[in-house]
Order: sequence, then structure tokens, then C-alpha cells
Amino acid sequence: MTEVLVKKLSEVSIDARGPRFSAVLTTIVLAVALVTSNLWVVIAQAIVFAIGAIKGPQFTPYAYIFRSIIKPRLKGKAITEDVRPPQFAQSVGLLFALVAISGSIANLDVVFVVAVSFALAAAFLNAAFNFCLGCELYLLLLRVRLTHG
Amino acid sequence: MKSLLPLVIVLGLASIYGLWYQRSRGTVKEKSGQSIITQSMIGADFGSKATLVQFSSAFCTPCRATRTLLENIVAQMEDVKHVEVDAEANLELVRELNILSTPTTLILDSKGREVGRAVGAPKREQVIHALAALRE
Repeated sequence: MTEVLVKKLSEVSIDARGPRFSAVLTTIVLAVALVTSNLWVVIAQAIVFAIGAIKGPQFTPYAYIFRSIIKPRLKGKAITEDVRPPQFAQSVGLLFALVAISGSIANLDVVFVVAVSFALAAAFLNAAFNFCLGCELYLLLLRVRLTHG
Repeated sequence: MKSLLPLVIVLGLASIYGLWYQRSRGTVKEKSGQSIITQSMIGADFGSKATLVQFSSAFCTPCRATRTLLENIVAQMEDVKHVEVDAEANLELVRELNILSTPTTLILDSKGREVGRAVGAPKREQVIHALAALRE
């Protein structure tokens, strides 16, 4: 772990299956949040997103479950990937979770449902189709900023 | 609002998008060759037959696999070059060429005409096929 911490963030590689497994758990948690309209479930997921976005996706509780329970049971060589794409995805997830929480506090049910839906869709696409959110979104955000900047 | 309906709608729409995403990503689409790209635009020399211009960004998982694949392809072809462009540092070019996501690979002929484009990690045999078509 110390080795990871002293490295520059951009040079860190992690087992590519970790973020995919985390996406499966995120999908389940957000599906429960959407069906039950439970604010606390979204808050819990927001904390996971925040850890993933700020510290890194390899430090979330989901990543811990992956390392301790799932990974020892997996066969085959681990393909590693850059930590930055999943970290970006966690940041986008956090943003949607915060919008959902704000909506719920402000008694705006529609905001809650729409924000949780978007976060759920992204997590589900990642889990089921290996969707890369950073690939699709980051360049568009930069282009929008260029237009308005 | 304790209902399964929102969940069903979200997963349904996401699945439709996901299937389209999986089918479309990596497919080399033929281009008319109307847009001309110059060597100064990409900051590198062209290959004498063709050039594979790959646009990449930091938050992109398949960019690395794309680089490996394209480097591997051009290693066997002396007259084809692989050039990787950082999309973030070349936003004007990105807009000019209408590149919406990364990785996007443009297949250019010797004159810099765009003859093919693949969004997402390209399929190996389709890149080779497009390059072979260029040689005739």
C-alpha cells in the first residue's frame, strides 16, 4: 500500500476487475435506493463515491470486498488498468448522489428519482457492458468548457 | 414513490443504449475522404501509405489497449504510421474533426484524407482490412 501512496496518482494501476465488481455492487445499492426511495441508502453510496473520487477507487469498501473475498477466488492473470478512468466515474457518481440528496432534502422527489436514475444507469452500463464513462463524457465536458470559456 | 417502474425504465433504456454501445464501439466506418488533415495539424509526419491517428485522454480505459493494438499493427507495416494525439491538449482540432469521445482512431491515406474512423478500441481485422483496401 505504501508503494501505491508514494507513486504519483497518474501512474497507479489497479486490477481492472475491481472497478467492474464495484460497479455491480453500486448497481444493486442504487437499484434499492430507487425502488425504496430511501435517502439513507443514497447517503451511504455517496460516501463510497466520495472515497473513490477523493482517495481512489481502490480504497472503497467495495474494493476491499473485491480484494478480500472475490479476487482470491478468481483464476487467470489480472489485467491492470489506469486508476484515473474509474476515479473520474466515481466523481461523476458522487455528483449525481449529491444532487439526489439535495433533492430529497428539498422535498423534490423528481430531482431525487432522476439523479439516482442517472447514477444507476451509468453503474449498470459499466457493470453489464464495460461502459467507460470517462471516454464518453470527459471530452464533451472539455468541449463545452471551451465553447463557454 | 415505492414502485418498481422507475427501475424497470432505467434498466430498460440503459440496456438499449448498452447494446448499441457494444455494437458500435470499435467498428471502422468508411469515410468519404472529404476532410483533409495535414501533418502540421497532428504535429507528426504521415506514413508513406497510411497513418492511424489515435485521439486519447486521461480518463479513458480502452486508450491504452488501443495504443498497444495499433502499435502492434504498424510494427508489421513499414509504410503505415501510428500517431497518438492528446485530445485535451488539442481541443480545437478535436472540434474541427468532430471527435466526441476517446479513443477515436482516424485512418488517413498518404494525402491525409480521412478514409475511415473507429470510435472506441478498434477491431483489429477491420483496421487491417481498411489498410489493405487503401493499398489497391
